[in-house]
Amino acid sequence: MGNLLSLTTFIPLIGAAILALFLRGNDAAAQRNAKWVAMFATSATFLISLFILFQFDPADTGFQMVEEHSWLLGLNYKMGVDGISVLFVMLTTFLMPLVIASCWGVESRVKEYMIAFLLLETLMLGVFMALDMILFYLFFEAGLIPMFLIIGIWGGANRIYASFKFFLYTFLGSVLMLVAMVAMINIAGTSDIPTLMSTVFPSDAFTVLGINIVGGAQTLMFLAFFASFAVKMPMWPVHTWLPDAHVQAPTAGSVVLAAILLKMGGYGFLRFSLPMFPIGSEVIGPLVLWLSAIAIVYTSLVALVQQDMKKLIAYSSVAHMGYVTMGIFTVNQQGIDGAIFQMISHGFISGALFLCVGVIYDRMHTRDIDAYGGLVNRMPAYALIFMFFTMANAGLPGTSGFVGEFLVLMGIFQVNTWVAVIATSGVILSASYGLWLYRRVVMGDLIKESLKSITDMTTRERAIFAPLVVMTLLLGVYPSLVTDIIGPSVGALIDQYDTATAAFTAATQVALH
Amino acid sequence: MISADIQIVLPEIALAVYAIIALLAAVYTVKDGAASLLVWLTSGIFVLVAAWLMTNGADAQTAFDGMFVADSFSRFAKVTILLSAAAVLVMSEQYMVARNLLRFEYPLLVVFAVVGMMVMVSAGDLMSLYMGLELQSLSLYVVASLRRDSVKSTEAGLKYFVLGALSSGLLLYGASLTYGFTGTTLFSGIMAGVQDQPSLGLLFGLVFLISGLAFKVSAAPFHMWTPDVYEGSPTPITAFFATAPKVAAMALFARLMFEAFGGITGDWQQIIAFLSVISMFLGSIAAIGQRDIKRLMAYSSIAHMGYALMGLAAGTALGVQAMLIYMAIYVTMNIGTFAFILGMQRDGRPVTDIQSLKMYAKDQPTRALAMLVLMFSLAGVPPMVGFFGKLYVLRAAYDAGLAWLAVAGVVASVIGAYYYLRIVYYMYFGEETEKLDAPSQPILGAFLIASALIMVVGVVNLFGVEPIAAAAAAALVN
Repeated sequence: MGNLLSLTTFIPLIGAAILALFLRGNDAAAQRNAKWVAMFATSATFLISLFILFQFDPADTGFQMVEEHSWLLGLNYKMGVDGISVLFVMLTTFLMPLVIASCWGVESRVKEYMIAFLLLETLMLGVFMALDMILFYLFFEAGLIPMFLIIGIWGGANRIYASFKFFLYTFLGSVLMLVAMVAMINIAGTSDIPTLMSTVFPSDAFTVLGINIVGGAQTLMFLAFFASFAVKMPMWPVHTWLPDAHVQAPTAGSVVLAAILLKMGGYGFLRFSLPMFPIGSEVIGPLVLWLSAIAIVYTSLVALVQQDMKKLIAYSSVAHMGYVTMGIFTVNQQGIDGAIFQMISHGFISGALFLCVGVIYDRMHTRDIDAYGGLVNRMPAYALIFMFFTMANAGLPGTSGFVGEFLVLMGIFQVNTWVAVIATSGVILSASYGLWLYRRVVMGDLIKESLKSITDMTTRERAIFAPLVVMTLLLGVYPSLVTDIIGPSVGALIDQYDTATAAFTAATQVALH
Repeated sequence: MISADIQIVLPEIALAVYAIIALLAAVYTVKDGAASLLVWLTSGIFVLVAAWLMTNGADAQTAFDGMFVADSFSRFAKVTILLSAAAVLVMSEQYMVARNLLRFEYPLLVVFAVVGMMVMVSAGDLMSLYMGLELQSLSLYVVASLRRDSVKSTEAGLKYFVLGALSSGLLLYGASLTYGFTGTTLFSGIMAGVQDQPSLGLLFGLVFLISGLAFKVSAAPFHMWTPDVYEGSPTPITAFFATAPKVAAMALFARLMFEAFGGITGDWQQIIAFLSVISMFLGSIAAIGQRDIKRLMAYSSIAHMGYALMGLAAGTALGVQAMLIYMAIYVTMNIGTFAFILGMQRDGRPVTDIQSLKMYAKDQPTRALAMLVLMFSLAGVPPMVGFFGKLYVLRAAYDAGLAWLAVAGVVASVIGAYYYLRIVYYMYFGEETEKLDAPSQPILGAFLIASALIMVVGVVNLFGVEPIAAAAAAALVN
């Protein structure tokens, strides 16, 4: 199986092509067929991706299962996975069948909807596997197109504003990255990611328009990549597209956005920023830590006052991504392990939370928190599931949410105590907005007339949540499942980073004394 | 000696002779009755000549003492010109028949214009440059006002003529200054005369030459005629304006800069970089407010010329290669887009308001999808081929030390993405309005879908254009 990775990546695309070419009509049977084809394609992708996991050797810190073919412009079509990317691949393939299952109730333009999600899966998998920088960019940017359409066509009332904002915001971030990539090709003479990771980019300070740029070209390139990944993450203060996009996107779109698309930013930091621009990271890193701390506290406070459930969860996502960026830029084993763990766990938890909103939205067609109350009386199973994921989101020990946050906080305490103190308060805040939401929606007496006939979750809905509950608990009580796989690769990344920055740090220390 | 020269210009002579014979034959026989036949015949001949040029892989040859150059650079440009002209002719036939616009002169004027363009891209002397340019321009002035009873079309033709004549005047003034200061009109002679320190008068000449050519490629700030001419001319003519003449003017631009002024790259690089950045921003920003899709495409073409000029501004072989690839991709996208625009009609009348596209995707999912691909490709979003065009020019500009230009280019592309997205938005998420007619011309659909497919499938290897363009660039820059 020399092309296992390509096979995994392109199965959804084949599914999309089959739908586009062979499925005709728009009656109930055609809609059902479209859903089943999509379900089959995503499930097949998941099963095949299990082979990647089985074949993966955690002890090897290099790239594995590499495929390489020459392409245009001296670029290569090169795919491969290492300890950092393999779990993102698994997260994507694991969640996509659930996403497809969650849109079983969609009735408008079903075929196109399924095609959009299948295309999106191919592109997301490509992002995590690409080992050529331009190939990475291609997958990274192309993902905007299906997401733009998903928000724009199947979204809520204000979907047009949201879809344009989503597209243009992220597009602006990424094109700056493209210029930096062109610069890197110019310096290194290649776009091969493993080669670039061992290339030392110039870091001599120079002056532009009277501003002395410490870290030189590395800092500038770091900032260009940062523009893209920080928007994608999203980090405060460039997060404003996310609440809009989430609120307007259909449920399945929100799940993909929160659970997978946001992780591309974190993955990008680990794949590009840290190994390729260690000095740039060293210069800007402290700022990122503070931005993350602000993000955690500020967006948590904003989440507290939201009236719209999806918006609340969107802000909570921004806060949780704050832990991720913080963990990454601590550059120690606990911090980065925690950041990756947090991304994986947030994939399950935030995905599940958006699904929880979707369950009641499908019944009541409103996301306004005030329109609900006392759901526990008629929806006990729902109340239980929602409770579970609210607590997991707040980082309850025993769930995966706890492990990620705890590791990140351990990492940050070794680097900057003040930031750590501020960030820790976020744990309390996240419990408060989570419980506040839960109390207003689920607890209390059922007094609203419109809710008197609401029904509990169907078997299909329960079946979607079951794997998410299992994964959240499993990773919560047995985190080594993840850390054993990512550990060696993260360790190698940190060693490389420390070697590269040793001289720079020493010079800075001397300058300070 | 003379027979060897004729051998080299044989494609141009063959086309000119064909046009003259066809013109006489049609005048003395059935007149407009032969128009449809002539359209098809002419496209067929274009394709044949293109195939002839493609298989004729000879090295660089010059004819008439260097006034005419046939090398792989001119071959690349000529093949692009011929194929795009053939495509536009075939697309326009039914549209013009339906509106009683098809005169037998139309295909023949296009042939004359194409001969002019072929001379332009092969020019090795300021004389042959001007001759080719005027042959092209005069044919186009007439074609622009083809709809004689329409005020707008006549206005477009007149505007095009007056401003075109002005630009020709600027160009001639520049040419005369250049001649005065170097004593020759041959590119190779000028090149030899302006090695290190060009005199002020020669720089003046250079600036006037560049201004004249900037008019022809419709680069800002010499772009004012473009939106009006695009809007006023009948749509098939607009499609023609947007494709072949742009390639010819851009190739001529490159040849003049590299073969005549290749020794003073630093002097013209600044000017072209300036034209490039202004065109990209003006094209992107001014298009936002447009409601007429033809005007929108006019501004879009201004922006695209800005990107192509970015490749030229690099002043390197890589830059020329990037420019050629960019133009080939641009022409392909525009043919597809105009195939779509030609099909836009309501009750048999052409519609150009972009709001009429609301919910087009519901009735015509395949066409809407093809248009979506083209729009994202024009915006330069991967994985569409349009992205690779941008990547090539960005790389060329960066490698040449113009990092600021590359940054400006990508920022402009984000602004530009807005109006392409707006068309997608109308087609896919707008509210429903009065529907457009169902497409009646399968040939337009074929061009539209073929163009969209090229934009998607081209991601594999760009159909092998890259090495050909590299060879073409190497012929020019050495």
